[in-house]
Amino acid sequence: MSEPPIARGFRGRKAGGPSARIPPGQHLVTDFPVLSAGPTPETDLKSWRLTLEDGESPVGEWSWAEFNALPQTELTVDIHCVTTWSKLDTNWRGVSIDTLLEAAGLAEPPAPFVLVHCDGDYTTNMPAEDLVDGKAMVATHFAGEPLDPEHGGPARLLVPRLYFWKSAKWVRRLQFIDIEQPGFWEELGYHIYGDPWREQRYAGD
Amino acid sequence: MPATDVAAPARLRWITATIRDVIDETPHVRSLVLDVPDWPGHKAGQHVDVRLTAEDGYQAQRSYSIASAPAAAAALMLTVERLDDGEVSSYLAGEARVGDRFELRGPIGGYFIWTLDLGGPLFLIAGGSGVVPLMAMLRHRAVAMSTVPATLLYSSRRADDIIYRVELDRLAGQGGGLKIVHTLTRERPAGWSGYTRRIDRAMLQNVGVAPEAQPRIFVCGPTPLVETAARDLHALGHEPHLIKTERFGPTGR
Repeated sequence: MSEPPIARGFRGRKAGGPSARIPPGQHLVTDFPVLSAGPTPETDLKSWRLTLEDGESPVGEWSWAEFNALPQTELTVDIHCVTTWSKLDTNWRGVSIDTLLEAAGLAEPPAPFVLVHCDGDYTTNMPAEDLVDGKAMVATHFAGEPLDPEHGGPARLLVPRLYFWKSAKWVRRLQFIDIEQPGFWEELGYHIYGDPWREQRYAGD
Repeated sequence: MPATDVAAPARLRWITATIRDVIDETPHVRSLVLDVPDWPGHKAGQHVDVRLTAEDGYQAQRSYSIASAPAAAAALMLTVERLDDGEVSSYLAGEARVGDRFELRGPIGGYFIWTLDLGGPLFLIAGGSGVVPLMAMLRHRAVAMSTVPATLLYSSRRADDIIYRVELDRLAGQGGGLKIVHTLTRERPAGWSGYTRRIDRAMLQNVGVAPEAQPRIFVCGPTPLVETAARDLHALGHEPHLIKTERFGPTGR
């Protein structure tokens, strides 16, 4: 590959710090940007349900009260958005996917892929193995406070090992499926997997 | 797999852009007209990723909306707001000059786009430099001589901060169903008879297209403006699936 052109006079910020934790092409932020494709939904907690599905069959369903009665987990992780910001040491609380599977009486994911469904018709996809063994949760709290609606409250998926569009806001349904199916951004040219460390931003990366 | 109008994914390659022209739009905003050989073309509303490389190999990367109409593929325009702490924006909207080169790749984004076959009416709501992708839509509409009714409601801090003001006045003056309404949030200049407050529900109702007409709505700007406008539009009876939003903050874009 040829050398990239030098942008004459560009020096950049070159902030020191924990660069080993910043994936290629990312930069650190300290605030928490909001990005979503449409209006923030208004969620009625009385009718809120979280559902696990094996294909088309429900295998677990929780009301807001039932969901909050499940064992809680806390995670402090770095998050990486495809729009190139990264935020370190973010603290989340919620229910791990392991706990949800266990509560549904499942020893392991019933199928190898997941299509995540949300309020506002948003979807995203990932392999089931990226959700288990403590790698992901349905989060209800950020930095000790209930999650703001614009950040995905009342509950969002948290899959920090993938670009943050996979951590779907306003999650309602995890559908385990046998054949991988692209979600909303994945249909629109974003990477089917989205590993920040391999800089998988767009299809073909 | 459902049909989409997005081409089969091909790898997005980094390509070299050369600055052909620099246009100071406002005290803080600059447009760069770029020569981009082999630009594959784009749709109004899409963006590019820009990557700057320093002499020592240090690189920084950000996303910027495309301001030019799809037909103007030979001269891609980006419009960049210089942010106080903006590592890349302070270069693109500051140091960069005609003849300088940097890399970009795209076009990116297949959701916040308007194409002629999507029709209208169009209702565009912009805050600050959020007008950039919406300008690409208005330029596309003008170049294609579309008669789709279009309304732009555009919030700026001060009159000096209105981006593309001359061109917007000219486009609106041509008739053809384009209405442009400004609001200023930080000053009321002498002789200004327009709005002087933040975009709110009453303004969206008075300026905008009625929900019954099912306008295609695009909202772009800082997060608080987008959150409020999208919620108010929904409350006014617009269907959520017709409201497309794009947000930016100091670090988002």
